[in-house]
This record gives sequence, C-alpha cells and structure tokens, in this order.
Amino acid sequence: MTDILKINENIIPKFPKHVKFRFNKARKEWVILAPERLVKLDPIAVEILQLVDGEKTVKIIASELSKKFNAPEETILTDVKEMLQDLSDKGFIQENG
Amino acid sequence: MDDINKTKLKKASEHGIQAPLALLAELSHRCPLQCPYCSNPVQLEKKTGELTTDEWKSVVDQAVEMGMHQIHLSGGEPTVRHDLEDIVEHCTEKGLYTNLITSGVLLNLDRLKKLEKLGLEHVQLSFQDTDTENADRIGGFKGGHEKKLEVAKWVREVDLPLTCNCVVHRQNIDNLENFIQMALDLDAERVEIAQVQYYGWALKNRAAFIPTPEQLDHATEIVEKARIDLKGKLVIDYVIPDYYAKHPKNCMGGWGRRFLNMNPKGDVLPCHAAETIPHLKFDNVREKSLKWIWENSEAFNLYRGTDWMPDPCKSCDRKEIDWGGCRCQAMALTGDAKNTDPACSISPLHSEIFSMAAEEARRAPPEFIYRRYGVRFNSPI
Repeated sequence: MTDILKINENIIPKFPKHVKFRFNKARKEWVILAPERLVKLDPIAVEILQLVDGEKTVKIIASELSKKFNAPEETILTDVKEMLQDLSDKGFIQENG
Repeated sequence: MDDINKTKLKKASEHGIQAPLALLAELSHRCPLQCPYCSNPVQLEKKTGELTTDEWKSVVDQAVEMGMHQIHLSGGEPTVRHDLEDIVEHCTEKGLYTNLITSGVLLNLDRLKKLEKLGLEHVQLSFQDTDTENADRIGGFKGGHEKKLEVAKWVREVDLPLTCNCVVHRQNIDNLENFIQMALDLDAERVEIAQVQYYGWALKNRAAFIPTPEQLDHATEIVEKARIDLKGKLVIDYVIPDYYAKHPKNCMGGWGRRFLNMNPKGDVLPCHAAETIPHLKFDNVREKSLKWIWENSEAFNLYRGTDWMPDPCKSCDRKEIDWGGCRCQAMALTGDAKNTDPACSISPLHSEIFSMAAEEARRAPPEFIYRRYGVRFNSPI
C-alpha cells in the first residue's frame, strides 16, 4: 500500500481497485463496498463521489459542486477535503498518479 | 424451546428487518487442511450433496434481487470446486461484490489470472502462523505455509487486493507482530487478526488454544499500537476471544438481522455455526426461495429481535446492542441456545466458564484433535 495520503486541492482522488462505489438497484441507494465493509452515504457524499473519476482534482470537484448547488466554493472545498480525507484514512480513497 | 409458541413467531418484516447485506456461500466443506479450530460443523457435508453450478447461480440471482451487496465464496475450501470460475463470473455480472475466502493451497497463477479477469474483487488468504513448521503443524498440511506465501505474491501479481486472515491463539500469539509485518511484506491491504472462537470443532481443542488473560492484553496492546502506526497503510481488523470480553459480541449483528449463510447443500442458516443448535430446522433453497426463507424460516425467526430472551438479557439495556450475544455459544456452553451467552459478564455462568478457560490456559496445551475430511485430501505430516 501507499503512504498516508494528505488530501489537498491539487490531488486527483480515485477509488482503489478493491473499493467499489456502486448503485444497488434493489435498494435504490449508492454505497461504498470493500472487503467486509459497507458504507452507507448521505446525499452530499454521493454528489461528491460521483465526481471522483480518477481525472478531476479535488479543486475541480469542489468547483463543479459549487456551480451545481450555487454555493461558495471555499466552503464546499473544505467539506470535500474533509470527507475525502476521512475516506482516505479508512482506505477507501487513494491518489491517482 | 417448548415454551415458545412457534405460530406466534414474528417474521423478518415484522421486526423491521430489511434484506440481508451479504451472503456467506460455503461452496463445499471439502478442504485439504485440517485446522483444529475449523468453524465448519462437526458433521461435514459430502460432495454428492453439494449444490450444482446452476443452483448457485440461481442463489446469486435471488441475492441480487433482494438487494444484497456482497458475496463471500467460502468453504471448506471453495477452490476445490471446478466451477468456481463460472460462479465468480455470474456474481460479478450481477454486480455482487465478490470475495474469495481461501486457504490458497490448491491455487495456481493461471487460475488466479482467470478469476481476476472474470471479475473477482478480493482475496482473503488464511495463515496459520508465521513460523513455517508450526503453521504446517496447525493446518495439518506439509508445505502449506510456503505455498500460501507464494499464492499471496500471485494474488498481488494479478493485481487483486489481499487480506491476510490470521487466526491467533496461544500457540502462535507470540508471533503477532510478525503476522502484521508479514501482511505488510505481502503488500496486503488488510489483515484480520481473529482469536479462535470456541464452538464446533474449536471447542474440542479449547484447552490447546485459549490464551492467558496476560497474553491477550499484550496482543491487544500490539494491535492498538500498530493501528496507529499503520493508519492509512494497513487496515487491521481484530477479534478478541469473547471469553475475555466484558460484553458478548453482537454475533452476526444480531440473529437474522444482517447476514445469511448457506451450507454446501443449500440449507440457509443465520450463521455458519447454527447447525450446532440441534433443534433448529433449516429451509433449503432447493425447496424455497431465498427471500421466503429470510422472511419466514423458523430457524431465523426463533431468535430474531428480543421477544425470545429470558433474563438477564430481557431486562438488559444492551439487549438491542448485543442481541444476547452468540446463540451457538450459549448452546455449546449452557445446553440451551436461549440462555444469555456466557461470554457476557452478567451471565450467571460467566465466572465459572471464564475461570475454567483461564485455568486451561495456564496448563500445558494438550495435543490437537485434528479433523479430517477425507483421506485423499490429506498430506499427513
């Protein structure tokens, strides 16, 4: 595994290969799946994670969300970094590159 | 048992219970290893009774329709089945998160490559010790440990994520730091440090395995330190022997609440040890749908929720946290599955059983009682 990741705005986040962000059709909900782990997500987390594609930086993700929800980019950036850091500490997010 | 009126048993939906999250699929009880703490029932299922490929595929379809997220392909040893590839392919096509739980000793690189291509998402590989000789002695399979190390490298070579499943007890607990180092060296994402749980075959060997409270405390310290040091690098799951816990484990997240288990012939069980409770009658996927069984099966509904509980569980404010602990352990140690799990410090039997186990831990360990599935799989040492 890689070293501990500190999320900043220039990082391109991605899901590690064994972590799946999936829509469960029967339950109609997005979840993160990992070995013996299931993470249920609130609507904000789902919005953020839908933009995690291994190409966009944290800053771009925050910027897109800020436009979509007409909210200050700075606030959103803080929230995005916080959430991705939490998921990274748990092994659900890594840096692409 | 007799005082429960079965006709009044509430069903899953009446408890507000949704579909299960994951399915533990025991594809076969056959296994080349003979671990003396095996979690499979004492009476193993024969090959001829195993579900067919199509029957497993139908189970997978039903699991997905119910909304299950994950499938654990386990055993016994799941790789003894030549149709493992077909089953994996079907699981991933249907969108189940697919995890293989294996001893590894029957795998080769080509098969792993193929499984990865077919969509397998994760491999859990068991280790008996970090010391080669002792590992082979515990597993009862000569050359097993070396093979496992090789398999672990192949798993990473084909870019599959790896969890090392390490069962610890007092005959290998001194190697705990080595287990963690081994997981790092093998480039594992995760290591599971699980102390032996004492039911089924493991209970026969409790005196050989149970650690002293001091050994356990030391082990817990090591794990807690490693968790801090390795945060973000290695996920460490840790299960203590619940004899030494204050509260019992909330086994399976509560009976029939989150998971279901299928044995090789298609019986649907609330947990993998449920067959140790002799009065339970299991429904089978050859006769009923998985959805019907989850909702209606008597084996599930008997201990769902809290209505079945006697005191001290009934009046305990943790009853919806622990769910009474483990029914199989209550059965094995008290003779009645309804009783409070003696792992709970409030159980009237706790101190007696705790002292007996702690006394066993202080004596020299007896020889293992090995389990043997069939001679042709054994490589005796």
